[in-house]
Formats: sequence, C-alpha cells, structure tokens
Amino acid sequence: MRSDIEGPLSGEIFDDYAVLSLEELSRLCAVEKTYIVELVEEGVLSVTEVDVARWRFPGSALRRARTALRLQRDLEINLPGVALALELLEEIERLRRARRENL
Amino acid sequence: MEFKDYYKIMGVERTATEAQIKQAYRRLARKYHPDVSKEKDAEARFKDLGEAYEVLKTPEKRAAYDRLGQGPRPGEEFKPPPDWGSGFEFAGAGPGAGGADYSDFFESLFGAAAGGSRPNRGFGSRRRPADRGEDHHAKVMFDLDAALQGGSRTLTLRIPEIDGEGHLAARERLLNVQVPKGILPGQTIRLAGQGASGGSEGKPGDLYLEVEFEPHPLYRVDGRDLYLDLPVTPWEAALGASVKTPTPGGVVDLKIPAESRAGTKLRLKGRGIPAASPGDFYVVLQIALPAARDDQAKAAYRAFADALPFNPRSTLGV
Repeated sequence: MRSDIEGPLSGEIFDDYAVLSLEELSRLCAVEKTYIVELVEEGVLSVTEVDVARWRFPGSALRRARTALRLQRDLEINLPGVALALELLEEIERLRRARRENL
Repeated sequence: MEFKDYYKIMGVERTATEAQIKQAYRRLARKYHPDVSKEKDAEARFKDLGEAYEVLKTPEKRAAYDRLGQGPRPGEEFKPPPDWGSGFEFAGAGPGAGGADYSDFFESLFGAAAGGSRPNRGFGSRRRPADRGEDHHAKVMFDLDAALQGGSRTLTLRIPEIDGEGHLAARERLLNVQVPKGILPGQTIRLAGQGASGGSEGKPGDLYLEVEFEPHPLYRVDGRDLYLDLPVTPWEAALGASVKTPTPGGVVDLKIPAESRAGTKLRLKGRGIPAASPGDFYVVLQIALPAARDDQAKAAYRAFADALPFNPRSTLGV
C-alpha cells in the first residue's frame, strides 16, 4: 500500500533541546523505569543528580538507550555486556576517525 | 515469490541440532546486528537471520518448513503447496530479532501474525496513556548537503500497522521532511504528531528519525568538522602555492605554505557543518608524484636527485 507524499514537515533536532526526566525517557523507549535505572547503574547513561526524581537526560540519551536495549534484546547479552559493547563500538568509531585523519 | 533457504541463511546443515542452530544464530546476529555491523546490507541480513531463526528454532515451524523440501530451483517461483499448514499450529512469541515485518515468503507460510502481532514490539511492556498513539522510530540516511544547507528530502518509511483482521502489515509512507540545518550523524529529529494516530480523543504519537549520513565522495565528517584529502605536487608543497580547492561553499583558492609535508592539515575556520559555533573545514595535504614513464620525466627525476641529495631513511639508521 502506498500513500501520497506527506509534508513538507519541519522537524527539530531532538538532541539540541530535549531534556528528559526518567519518566519521559522510559516512555520514549517503551520500557519500565527500572530498565532505565539499570542503564544508569551500569554507566550506560549518565546523570549528575543523585535523587532519582531529579534525574535529567539529554536528548542524545534516547538513541543510546534504544541502542542498548536493541543489543540486549537481539543478542541476548546482559547489561554489563551491553555496556562493554557500547564502549568498544565507540572506541572503534573513534579509531576509525583518527585513522582517516592521519592518512 | 522468492523461496528463502533458512538453512543457508543460518549457514547450517538441514540436520543441524537445536543447539547448533542457536549457536549459529548468536554468532551471525553479533556479526550482522545493525548497531554493530558496518556492512552495507547488515540490516537486510539481520532481518533474514531473525526470520530464519524464528522458523528453525520452533519445532512446529521447522517441521512444516522441512516438508517444503529444498524449494524450487533458483529463479523459479515459489508457491506454498495446497495442503500447506494443515496439522500445524503457529502461535507463540515473536522472534528474538527486532524486525517488525516479515518477508512475503514467511507470511505466505506462517501468516502475518505468526511472529507476534504488535508493531514495534520488543522492548517489553508499554506504559503510556491508553489513548495516546505510539511513537515511531526510523533510521534515515541524509546526504551531507542536507546538513550543510538544510532543505527538504523525501523519505520512504515502512510503518508497521495492524490491519482490520489483526494482521501485521508494513505500510509504505512517503514523507517530505525539512532537514534542520546543522544536523549531525547520530542525532535524532523529532516530528511531533507524526507517529501512530491516537484513540478517539488521544493525541497521535511522535516520529523519531535517527539520522546517519551517506558517505560523501569528497568530504569526511567528524563531529561538526569536515575533512578533505587534497593532492598537491612536490613543488607546490615545497615552494608554496595557491591551488584551487573544493569546499562545501564552492571552489576557493587555498594558499599552501612553503615546506608543507604530506599530512599537513590546513584549517578553514567555520566552514564545517553550521551551528552557533560551526565546525571547521580541514584540508589534509597529500603529495602526488608525476609518473616517470617517458625519458623526459626520467631525466627530470635524475636531475632532481643530483641537485638534492636526500636520505629520507636516516632516522631508521640506514
């Protein structure tokens, strides 16, 4: 089934303006809040406040959390494994860029 | 319809045990997971893999699939046999893999709802006001020009939807999106109200576009900065020169300082991806040597060697 072209639609860069509470981030990821808390405890997501009720996440946390959840679900790895995978993926990306710069 | 050889996709024999199938799935899933793999067709392969695993790990589905035999020869049309599916019951959980829609082949065998009937399923229970529409998420590719200049791009999204009979089907949606100037790979664009429609009084969900860039033929992207490899001749590098250089804003005359070396980075401030503090444009010099094919070129190289005795390996102790 095909529909006509919709739009033009104007979007906003979510990462630039969004500040998310724990409730908002868990709703956007469609997971229980405890899931997000586990991601914070594992260091996948970082917060500055101690008090959970005052946790605020940048918009970029949405994509990071979703990637973590996809890895966990699709590859059946536990959270420490997910955290390690994310760190290694970022390191690979950093090395790729560095190598290209120094060509 | 194309016959899918699930054993071939998983790289296992038709006699493989459940443990071998699980092992093969795990190994290939790690390799082709779209968040991990840089391979171009990773997404498609991962989807095939999830579908193959869904069939082969479920004894009833595997038995039914095995009854099809080896399938038609390559290129032949596949049609399920008329008595297909009798005596089997396909119910149960969705695939481990996240693909929300299955191939036509899978659906002709097991029905559209066989893998679980909720779009975007997978992250566990959904907690939101019952009447608010679901959010949708999609990965999209933009060209670098979209980030540099903004402008509209037409996207084709596959939206999983439940039809009137409760089957999961993918609807193609063409969307014209105004790309925000300065967007970076890895960022997300939110289109408010463009997700699934809500209940009778509920608001629609939002659409989130996870942005990646197509590789640019000339420029590399690192954060907001852009990099260009610029070939120069040995004499341009040694003596300095002004050379024509492509930049996102058009061709400029770039001053090459004397005694430049390969790898020298020249910065054009603020000519990267736009923002309140825009990125920079870096030119990385590469020394290109003219070929020494004819006598004249060879003579020139010899004259050069005679005039400039030079041992580039002195630091190697030879």
